[in-house]
Amino acid sequence: MDVVGHFNYWVAIALMMTGFYLVIARSNLIKKLVGLNLFQTSVFLLYITMGKITGGTAPIVKAGFELYTNPLPSVLILTAIVVSVATSAVALAIIVRIRETYGSTEEDEILRRDRE
Amino acid sequence: MIAANLPALQIVVPLLSAPLCVLLRDRRLAWGFAVAITWIAFAIAVALLARVMSEGVISYEMGNWAAPWGIEYRIDRLNALVLLIVTGVGALVAPAALRGIEREIPAERAPLFFTAFLLSFAGLLGITITGDAFNLYVFLEISSLASYALVALGPDRRALTAAYRYLVLGTIGATFILIGVGLLYMMTGTLNMADLSARLVAVNETRAIHVAFAFIIVGAGLKLALFPLHMWLPNAYTFSPSIISAFLAATATKVGVYVLIRFVFTIFGVAFSFEEMPLGEILLVFGLLAAFVASIVAIFQNNLKRMLAYSSVAQLGYMALGIGFASVNGLIGTLVHLFNHALMKGALFMALACVFHRLGSVDIGDIRGLGRRMPLTMAAFVAGGISLVGLPLTVGFISKWYFVLAAIEAGLWPIAVAILASSMLALIYIGRVIEAAYFQPPPPGAPPVEEAPWPMLAPTLALAGASIYFGLDTELTVGVARAAAEALMGVQP
Repeated sequence: MDVVGHFNYWVAIALMMTGFYLVIARSNLIKKLVGLNLFQTSVFLLYITMGKITGGTAPIVKAGFELYTNPLPSVLILTAIVVSVATSAVALAIIVRIRETYGSTEEDEILRRDRE
Repeated sequence: MIAANLPALQIVVPLLSAPLCVLLRDRRLAWGFAVAITWIAFAIAVALLARVMSEGVISYEMGNWAAPWGIEYRIDRLNALVLLIVTGVGALVAPAALRGIEREIPAERAPLFFTAFLLSFAGLLGITITGDAFNLYVFLEISSLASYALVALGPDRRALTAAYRYLVLGTIGATFILIGVGLLYMMTGTLNMADLSARLVAVNETRAIHVAFAFIIVGAGLKLALFPLHMWLPNAYTFSPSIISAFLAATATKVGVYVLIRFVFTIFGVAFSFEEMPLGEILLVFGLLAAFVASIVAIFQNNLKRMLAYSSVAQLGYMALGIGFASVNGLIGTLVHLFNHALMKGALFMALACVFHRLGSVDIGDIRGLGRRMPLTMAAFVAGGISLVGLPLTVGFISKWYFVLAAIEAGLWPIAVAILASSMLALIYIGRVIEAAYFQPPPPGAPPVEEAPWPMLAPTLALAGASIYFGLDTELTVGVARAAAEALMGVQP
């Protein structure tokens, strides 16, 4: 198996699993969000990697530029970054309100207060 | 000119109206604006359905960029039907919203509430109408982000934690779809759905496509709350504002089912999904489990909104079941049930919104004796409830009929029996409510209540009436569903 040639993919998968694990395992809401962001970012890396060619340039039609990197995945990811930022903003806003009403951002603490 | 651009207007009108709605500082003004927009969208959806039925598939090139490169809006019978469901429910729920949110949302936040509502509405329509896989993801996130905000507006503080959980699981679901779409793009170099389905045939056997399929199915499963990925749904529907429970229950999960159907049948194709991959078995097993487990859990709920939320999980199980049969009749069942379940769950949640508006509670202990005090509201609840059970002469019967037909056709007798048995469970939990409302005296010291205000009652009765009417006159629903199902299965009419 070609480990070095697929370096970017390995990094994307490692990041993806790290983020996913954080979302599942952490009980602090902020840490969960950090995990979620990491998870989304790994997908960005996956997209950009698939468009990149070693030595490829931006698609400029001119003598001297022959090997092009596909710009479409990068453009798609610009949109996905915007989505990810918006998600973080909504999540943080909800966390702020949770902290205001419950006085905590720990999940087990919040559950305990709901049972009272 | 306008007629040619209807597919674009279907999205552009609600999407642009959302930021305009923020500028309206008055809650009545914002409400009137939102109602007008939903009705315009409904009129466009009706016009589009009529055109699709007479002329066939409409293909619209956004900004005149030719199809595989630009974003194509592609409307066939399937998504014309879903557009009709979403806009129809939106147009009925919006008029009730002004009175409906009085008790739940402070007046100064009402314009922001309507903005989020319109954004969610526009996002759901966008998912449905687009013919581009990446565009679908973007609209999915637009509608989901607005829904998280709407759920978080609920009056109970647990709405916040429910919204956060919905956000985490919803984002994971959407990102799974994004991964799947990325892998598809990697293998085929296209994002256009029609183009994808043509090019996928050549690379079907590769592991990348198998992985993409798995990611997309799990992602769509999270979005449509397919058991056991439904964990976000009960709390989100229980604690969100009542009007939003009605809107989301009737539209958001339905659009999730649409996304699953679109990917499975249009993009991956029947042969790949059901022969190469074991999707049929998976959906049959989890669909049946959903129908039983969620119905049994629903029986033990005292909060009626939570009861209906679990019942939604069970009904979504039936829809998954219908897809799992991979036959024309199974698909007709799913598509008809999409429409019918939107009507009956809309009616049920709207009836609860009326009850909450008067009582400030939807607990089964508090609604005792309500049948006499709010007769019209409870009548609507009963109409929706018996539809849910699937008694003859209601819409629920029609969809159950096709599910049972598909099961028998596939030679799966036990499943046909199981469908009927799980319907009996619905009878128990709806029966509990009817028993409390009609056969028990009001709790001592209960404050006098009167019927809900007309702006709320009229849409509730309209939805309840429709859930009876479309049980008698099935020409529209079954007609469109049959045409759509045959097209999806590749049967020549």
